[in-house]
Amino acid sequence: MALPTSEVLTVPAPARRRRRSGLLANGKAVTGLVILGFLTVFAVIGPWIAPYDPGERGDDLLVGPNAQHWFGTTHLGQDILSQILDGTRSVMLVGIVAGLVATVLAIVFGVSSGYFGGTGGEGLSALSNVFLVIPALPLILIITLSLPETNDLTIALVIGFTSWAWGARVLRAQTLSLRRRDYVEAARATGESTWRILGFEILPNLTAVIAASFVSTVIFAVLSEITLAFIGVPGVSEWNWGAILFWAQSQQALAQGAWWWFVPAGLAIALLGTGLALVNFGIDEYVNPRLRGGHQRVRGVRMRVGFTPVLPEEAR
Amino acid sequence: MSYLLRRIGFYAFTAWAAITINFFLPRAIPGDPVQSLIARAQGQLSTDAIQSLYILFGLDDEQSLVSQYFEYWGQLLSGDLGLSFTFFPSPVSDVIADSLPWTLALVGFTTVISFLLGTALGVVAGWWRGTWADLLMPVTTFLSSIPYFWLGLIAITLFADQGGAFPSSGGYDPGVVPGWDLDFIGSAIHHSLLPAITILITSMSGWVLSMRNMMLTVAAEDYITVAHAKGLSQRRVMVSYAARNALLPNVSAFALSLGLIVGGTLLVEIVFSYPGIGFQLFSAVGAKDYPLIQGIFLIITLSVLVANLVADLVYLLLDPRTRKEG
Repeated sequence: MALPTSEVLTVPAPARRRRRSGLLANGKAVTGLVILGFLTVFAVIGPWIAPYDPGERGDDLLVGPNAQHWFGTTHLGQDILSQILDGTRSVMLVGIVAGLVATVLAIVFGVSSGYFGGTGGEGLSALSNVFLVIPALPLILIITLSLPETNDLTIALVIGFTSWAWGARVLRAQTLSLRRRDYVEAARATGESTWRILGFEILPNLTAVIAASFVSTVIFAVLSEITLAFIGVPGVSEWNWGAILFWAQSQQALAQGAWWWFVPAGLAIALLGTGLALVNFGIDEYVNPRLRGGHQRVRGVRMRVGFTPVLPEEAR
Repeated sequence: MSYLLRRIGFYAFTAWAAITINFFLPRAIPGDPVQSLIARAQGQLSTDAIQSLYILFGLDDEQSLVSQYFEYWGQLLSGDLGLSFTFFPSPVSDVIADSLPWTLALVGFTTVISFLLGTALGVVAGWWRGTWADLLMPVTTFLSSIPYFWLGLIAITLFADQGGAFPSSGGYDPGVVPGWDLDFIGSAIHHSLLPAITILITSMSGWVLSMRNMMLTVAAEDYITVAHAKGLSQRRVMVSYAARNALLPNVSAFALSLGLIVGGTLLVEIVFSYPGIGFQLFSAVGAKDYPLIQGIFLIITLSVLVANLVADLVYLLLDPRTRKEG
């Protein structure tokens, strides 16, 4: 069956438009959302369903996974499964708060610098570039250590206030390309106020980009927070996953062969990160259909002289 | 040329911003950190050192903020970053000078190799989409969401512990005297292999993903179709037509993500007790050695700025459009 390529390439688009929610039709996004939902449930009920008090010392010192302690115990006999469950809340909370703060800042800086342009816009863009170039982790570290008092919330705010720049940069680029579109010009010509244009013409068209930047910021915030806890910065919640790794490292868990002390926390981090990354890929592919691999688009069609492109078997 | 000048101006501005942040942060701390530091040092501080600390911490009450600011710059330009408390009485600049070469060597090599390797894999994955190369994607997604330090911990357990092939800590064997001889260099390379591979694996996946996406976008362009139509070989179209154009955004992303990679490297150093800046930072955080933390922050920022400038120069070579006057 031979088709001209132009026709082949337009086939998936109307099919996609017919479906109500394009994002939920994407396998990666759904997998990611399921993982995140699962972790959110644990963030809420984790401390209640934990079999032991995470700080409670027991008699079984440094034993591997068994029926009483599914993930084994620490050098003080503390139950590692309970610690992980207890820490989920702090990890998720910091990620979401930091993500929200950074996304709001990114929208304010990115959209205004893209839409208004001029010296002010250039200045805002330069400001976000400054924050991009300064290494984030040392900056967060030095600000956190300067604070008189730190807890999960202040750390989330520090991370949020230092990590908005990437999102602002992406949003600015997108706004720049939107602001001269016909429908925006039309809205301007009919005398709509700037706020209305921004709120009802520009922002709705940035939704996907905003969502993607929110998800990336959450990934970054979670990793930064865990890192701070791992370095031993005071104020991070007691059983944050990073704090568990901090204890595992400082008690020489590695040298004693206590792999169960750091493997669960690491896998939990990787699970959360993978879930968020999958959602992000889903959004990316939703916005830019070219990125879709595999069966959603005709693949393997390459122009060769003398040949009409032929659809591969499974793409019909 | 004007492009380059603009970039240099921007980096100068960023350096100024970083130094100014460094100036104002300690002034936001309530209380008198210098007094507690003097107490820690137990009377071993000379009056000069105390005065210099007061300037660094901005607690010199007799002066206005403006003159404090200029004095601070004066100290910085003469290379005075204060005294370290963990390594008392060594100045911070000496401590940093000892550990900086280790970090520079580790980050320098791994970053360049990871960029080249990751980009190459991304080209392949993007070009042969829909084949086995797609299997690369879930693997890289997983790898990129693992924190650097955790992979390091795993690497130590698997390859370094209990008579493994690699040492689990330090920068060189205890018995070797640092110097430019074969023994020392061999031992240093042996010690840096495992940390380097750890950084390589985690940082590479980002390049693979972004390069693949750019390749997919470029592969649909008309000039690629034309290249195929001309009957050029697959290889030639892939490398000289698609990859060459897809490379540009990756190079600018390279510059921007350097800060993140450096942050990750600091962690790997902590895990491997590697004698670089990151390990120094770790002990400084533990000991609340504020002058050392500040100094390390400044040095890291300035190094990243220099690396960025280098990346810009490379970009200038790769993209003829930036060389046009305009």
